[in-house]
Amino acid sequence: MTAAAGGEIVQFDNVGLRYESSREVLSDVSFTLYPGSFYFLTGASGAGKTSLLRLLYLAQRPSRGVVRMFGTDTITLPRDRLPLLRRRLGVVFQDFRLVPHLSAFDNVALPLRVAGVAESELAQPVRDMLEWVGLADRMAARPATLSGGEQQRVAIARAVIGRPQLLVADEPTGNVDPEMAVKLLRLFEAMNRLGTTVVVATHDAHLLRQVPDSLIMRLDRGRLSDPTGALRYPPRRAVGPL
Amino acid sequence: MDEPDSFATQRRLSEPAGPTGPEDNAGTDRRRWSRQERAQAQIVPQERLQGPIPWVIAIMVGLMVIAAAGALALRNTGRAATSDLAGGITVQIVEARPEVRARLAERAALVLREQPGVSDVELVPQGELDALVEPWLGQDAPEIEDSAGGSAYADLPVPALIDARLAGPADPARLAALRAVLQREVPAARVDAQSTWLTPVFGAIESLTWLALALIVLLGLATGAAVLLAARTALGNNRGTIEIVHLLGGTDAQIAQIFQRSTAIDAAGGSIAGFAAAWIVVVLLGRTFGALQAGLVTGGALGWSDWAVLALIPVGAVALATLTARWTVMRALKGML
Ligand SMILES: Nc1ncnc2c1ncn2[C@@H]1O[C@H](COP(=O)(O)OP(=O)(O)OP(=O)(O)O)[C@@H](O)[C@H]1O
Ligand SMILES: [Mg+2]
Repeated sequence: MTAAAGGEIVQFDNVGLRYESSREVLSDVSFTLYPGSFYFLTGASGAGKTSLLRLLYLAQRPSRGVVRMFGTDTITLPRDRLPLLRRRLGVVFQDFRLVPHLSAFDNVALPLRVAGVAESELAQPVRDMLEWVGLADRMAARPATLSGGEQQRVAIARAVIGRPQLLVADEPTGNVDPEMAVKLLRLFEAMNRLGTTVVVATHDAHLLRQVPDSLIMRLDRGRLSDPTGALRYPPRRAVGPL
Repeated sequence: MDEPDSFATQRRLSEPAGPTGPEDNAGTDRRRWSRQERAQAQIVPQERLQGPIPWVIAIMVGLMVIAAAGALALRNTGRAATSDLAGGITVQIVEARPEVRARLAERAALVLREQPGVSDVELVPQGELDALVEPWLGQDAPEIEDSAGGSAYADLPVPALIDARLAGPADPARLAALRAVLQREVPAARVDAQSTWLTPVFGAIESLTWLALALIVLLGLATGAAVLLAARTALGNNRGTIEIVHLLGGTDAQIAQIFQRSTAIDAAGGSIAGFAAAWIVVVLLGRTFGALQAGLVTGGALGWSDWAVLALIPVGAVALATLTARWTVMRALKGML
């Protein structure tokens, strides 16, 4: 496998996105994500962070440009091949998207069940994960009975339970106190060390300083700025497996 | 470092697991398949028999079963009557003078008995004829009796009747042949197929059968529409869940399965209730009609094969509901990336 083919997890090339017929919310976005790297996506509200992440977690096709994921061109990929790509992702949605009539346990177990993991194999990991995010005593609770921060932690547990190759988190710490935010960030770092590529969208400048080795992608009204060139020409550290 | 133990999970989810993975060899491991089935059943727990849809389906199925039972009973009645009457003929001897009439009738009966393919020739006794006319004339007809004396209807030009049975059906050609033969010996004889008397009844039965069939078709269409609405409502209510499972890597088939299973449960509950209610109604109606002891009606009783046909209605309703649900959710999913 050549470094170029095996080295990148995501490649965006001149990607543009417009919803319906309005103006483009993303324009000429080009970047490459390398395995094992930790990225922050920042930008003002409305800059297009969620839109970019939606392309990344395959909820949306771009209006133009090329999106390659795990070496596959997702634009030309037949629809029925997308589920297997999605199972390699972990997503924390900005609005959590928990299934309202499922307990915290069942919500976290959902990706494993979708992937066909046996009940006997999933019970313990799901319990451990919920314990780790501090929800050991809330496993049977429905999302509606959880606080915003608790829901967010369930959403994060669900995103990481399957050890995704790429973790995409949209404002994952917006609803928790700074202490919990740092703890959750440590979870992302731990996953990152185990080989997961992490992309965290946030406006929280304080958070950026918590991960010294992270790379910063800044969106400004739909355009990606890469002042240091780190996205186009990443530092050696990020290339290849750890 | 305090990493959660679940990171130790060795297998990555992107590895195809079970038959839902497009790259999986279909049906390799039976045990694994059923385990997969169970896991899928738990992706989203089933809500059981909620809302108005089971009721709507129960009512539709009940009405359809009753209409179909009516149609089948009518068909049975028609068939029983037809086979009873198919080869039956009636010969009337119209003659005013009773003695001549009796003689002619004997003569006609003799002629008929000699014909090949004619059996069960029977001169209907005078007593039976009197009983037939009685409802119209009453037991005593005083004026007639006073003027003529003797037997109450002796002077009435009531025709003498001969019943007979042909080996084959009483078609016009056979009737014409018999008429020709009788004409020579007994010119006063009139030959009729018994089925002709019942032609208007058969016509009515046929119209009613068509009406019942039309009702079944209309009810079927209404059921289809109700199921479509139900599927749309369910889709609307579950859209969020469907999107989440979709984004978590659920295949269209997996999602459709969750969805159609809950619809199938609703439809099955409704269909069973509707069929049971209709069964009670049909059986009670059958008893009531059976008590009438009228030959035509008792010929319409439903047999096991009829009930088997009726049982297809609830089965069809469940299949229709399930397929509609699948089609609805599949179409919605095609609209998502
Ligand atoms: N479904 C949609 N249809 C039309 N326009 C949309 C849609 N979603 C987002 N937009 C527009 O796209 C632009 C970018 O939105 P986006 O949600 O990506 O911003 P964001 O950077 O995530 O903002 P925030 O920090 O507030 O979450 C906004 O102008 C928004 O109004
Ligand atoms: Mg956003």
